[in-house]
Amino acid sequence: MSLTIGVPRETFAGEKRVATVPEVVEKLLKLGFKVCVERGAGDAAHFSDDAYRTAGATVAASAAELYAAADVIFKVRPPTAAETAQLREGATFIGFVWPAQNPELMQQLAARKATVLAIDALPRQLSRAQKMDALTSMAGVTGYRAVIEAAHAFGRPFNGQVTAAGKIPPAKVFIAGAGVAGLAAIGAAANLGAIVRANDTRAEVADQVVSLGGEFVKVDYEEEGAGGGGYAKVMSEGFQQAQRAMYAQQAREVDIIITTALIPGKPAPRLITAEMVQTMKPGSVIIDMAAEQGGNCELTVPGEAVVRHGVTIVGYTDLASRLARQSSTLYSNNLLRLTEELCKAKDGALNIDMTDDAIRGLTVIKDGAITWPAPPLKQAAAPAAKPAAAASTAPSKKSSHAHGGGGEPMSARSLLIVSAVAAALFWLVGAYAPAAFLGHFTVFVLACFIGYMVVWNVTPALHTPLMSVTNAISSIIAVGALVQVAPPLLRSSAEGAAASGRPDDLILGLAVVALVLTAINMFGGFAVTRRMLAMFRK
Amino acid sequence: MLTENLATVAYLGAAILFILSLGGLSNPETARRGNLFGMVGMALAVLATIFGPRVELAEGLPWIVGALVIGGAIGLYAARTVQMTQMPELVALMHSLVGLAACLVGFASFVDTSVVYEGAAKSIHRVEIYLGILIGAVTFSGSVVAFGKLSGKIGGKPLLLPARHWLNLIGLLAVIWLATSFVAAPGVDAGMTALLIMTVIALLFGIHMVMAIGGADMPVVVSMLNSYSGWAAAATGFMLSNDLLIVTGALVGSSGAILSYIMCRAMNRNFISVIAGGFGGGAPVAAAAGASGEPQGEAVPVSAVETAELLRSAKQVIIVPGYGMAVAQAQHTVFEITKLLRQKGVGVRFGIHPVAGRMPGHMNVLLAEAKVPYDIVLEMDEINDDFPDTDVAIVIGANDIVNPAAEDDPTSPIAGMPVLQVWKAKTSIVMKRSMASGYAGVDNPLFFKDNNRMLFGDAKKMLDEVLTALKD
Repeated sequence: MSLTIGVPRETFAGEKRVATVPEVVEKLLKLGFKVCVERGAGDAAHFSDDAYRTAGATVAASAAELYAAADVIFKVRPPTAAETAQLREGATFIGFVWPAQNPELMQQLAARKATVLAIDALPRQLSRAQKMDALTSMAGVTGYRAVIEAAHAFGRPFNGQVTAAGKIPPAKVFIAGAGVAGLAAIGAAANLGAIVRANDTRAEVADQVVSLGGEFVKVDYEEEGAGGGGYAKVMSEGFQQAQRAMYAQQAREVDIIITTALIPGKPAPRLITAEMVQTMKPGSVIIDMAAEQGGNCELTVPGEAVVRHGVTIVGYTDLASRLARQSSTLYSNNLLRLTEELCKAKDGALNIDMTDDAIRGLTVIKDGAITWPAPPLKQAAAPAAKPAAAASTAPSKKSSHAHGGGGEPMSARSLLIVSAVAAALFWLVGAYAPAAFLGHFTVFVLACFIGYMVVWNVTPALHTPLMSVTNAISSIIAVGALVQVAPPLLRSSAEGAAASGRPDDLILGLAVVALVLTAINMFGGFAVTRRMLAMFRK
Repeated sequence: MLTENLATVAYLGAAILFILSLGGLSNPETARRGNLFGMVGMALAVLATIFGPRVELAEGLPWIVGALVIGGAIGLYAARTVQMTQMPELVALMHSLVGLAACLVGFASFVDTSVVYEGAAKSIHRVEIYLGILIGAVTFSGSVVAFGKLSGKIGGKPLLLPARHWLNLIGLLAVIWLATSFVAAPGVDAGMTALLIMTVIALLFGIHMVMAIGGADMPVVVSMLNSYSGWAAAATGFMLSNDLLIVTGALVGSSGAILSYIMCRAMNRNFISVIAGGFGGGAPVAAAAGASGEPQGEAVPVSAVETAELLRSAKQVIIVPGYGMAVAQAQHTVFEITKLLRQKGVGVRFGIHPVAGRMPGHMNVLLAEAKVPYDIVLEMDEINDDFPDTDVAIVIGANDIVNPAAEDDPTSPIAGMPVLQVWKAKTSIVMKRSMASGYAGVDNPLFFKDNNRMLFGDAKKMLDEVLTALKD
């Protein structure tokens, strides 16, 4: 059974992108799917219907025909109510959905018994999810385009020159928010020759700003702004005050401001006030990339370029669409990677594996049941991915190590052998050992497993401290020595003990020596671990 | 005084704290708390035992306090004065203490006739004592030899006796035969002979096992001895019917075993053969292959000033430290250089091979000591793909872990071992004292690659010169 992927024409005003380009159609066919494209779907992005036909897709004459034929819909913009109504019952929808902003749409989709994968709900912190991260690929394109729009609206070249006709001062560009879009903008502006400054609430991106040729402007206030998942979080009042002062300062100095600040599920933060716009030099430009979410500048009009107080404020919401051919290609590659994850068997069927963190995050509706929001990823998820990755690179070279555990499941045969040996051992123990021993044995085996579970996730950087702490812990053997120093039965049955020939002095001597040895280990081990750990810093 | 039940509950608490302690160590942010949990757990266990029903306070207390004070003072002193580069030696030495303590407790338990066992219980008790002493003795002598090797008191070259596998096998058979006679022995004196002979064999076996191991395999040995010391504690727990000892011993034992397994995988060695003490089987082959497959070409030397020049004009630099950096105590200079380069806008990161140094995580500890932030210190898997985008890769006192032969040459003794691909950087600089081969005895074709430069000399001295040149 091979499913049909349908690619409708985008109906949103001004949207020129298309969810799948001819190049990707070929690859989808190789995965075993059929592809159907609505007539004229790629026109705005300069992909003709013929190009799709050559790649092996069929072309549907109308949207109704396409929706009727498609089991899976690939789309860019969230579906409208009319499009949702056309969706086949039980079909799969893949594209931008923004479930937090579009609750009614979610209800409508659920009513169609659809399965919906929202590409915007991808858990971006998973490194293997990067290839599917359409937010990132689109942001890179928009960041570049924002600089081009700014250059277009600005009355001077970006790079400084000294010519016979006079001096051209270099343009000063300030970029608010150094996410993917911000970084792309920094790189593009720096390459045009501008002096680029940038700010972000997440201090750790400073290095990235500098590496692209920008200068990182700090807010004069101590607070960490990383909010998980690669986004920033809302900051405290004191911080915001210091931040406003910094923005006001930059507004007076620079020629161009590009704002990219977004907080997931919330309106965009207001960074640039009307007063700040007034203090800017005439002819300055503000590109507000957050216009769709309300804008970072108070005076932004979403979708339009306006002039206020002599400053051009550009609030286009279709920046990615203005580079439609490239952004369509990137977007369809993201969808292709996702499809590969969903169709590992290459049989043209989708297998939505809800145990996979990335897929779980993406899937906002499964067979009509709303599964959004996905449970947050465990903190351990990122480090845990490392041993798994290490294992997956290794096994090809050493199949003889299949009994390794942790990496890949062992082969059925060795599993059988191991189980048989274990069963035989357990039977022996069960048949001959006394009850008291069995109790201890249970505890022992369980503890072995706990040790295995706990230690498997340790980051390699901490192996030495781990060893020294386990070494310190193994001085628990002191307990064994302690109970031998002076057992209470010594006095209560002194005569009996003497009669049985218990060599008290010898035992005491041995136990005390053992105690001294373990005490060295105990105190030394913990102290040295403490010393080592105190050195680990970020 | 605590009742039996209260003491048991306290033990349970201690066991939970130990598990939390190990769990906390998985992440640098929680590691300090993990260590604290360990300390609290240990204090709880010791106090619960001292004040529990199994110790007669009036008689025992002076001895106990005296022993703890003496031992504690020595331990704290050692912990305070040890150099971070000597950490592997210290850990090995500490393992030997646990091993010895396990032996002593085992003997004490054996000669203690006040607890009488009958039938199967007696046999099992005997087996437990026997195993406890066996593991303890192997741990003890093995750790002492490991300490000697790590501190340079014993040569690092593997000592390979002829027919050493047969010797081990004979030892094993003797130990098993002695076990049967020990378990069957009627009284203490009758069993003592077998027990003593076995202890001697176990001690010899421990020495022999570690002597046969080359310096480069030390990370596996250290973590394996760590594991053994845990099993010794667990065996002692069985012997004394103490669940806390069993749990803790099993925790330490399995965690050590996993660490060894991770190390083995990093070196592409077979875990089973390592655990069984079958190290160095490939060593003679290594020498032969090295002699026949002599890489041809010329190594291009470079001066410290030129190195500084290369670094200054680079955008991305990866530093690969090895044991040579530890020996030369060069980590602080490395950090000075890192700081300077980062100020100049050069991206500097560290690539750490899992088995770099002489114990697992050795390099990370040294870099942490020099205050290198841990987020620029990356594991091999994280950084290996970045070498093609790197302008300069500096290898400081490492050899086998950057040997391209491991990937290119299937006949190489280290073939299949994952290595850091420094040769993919635009330029690689290897800091080395001479052209001698690494511990595995394999020549390194990296030295003869076109884009490789050799900076000969003591790592510390050379890096100081580079630093001076960078500052000008």
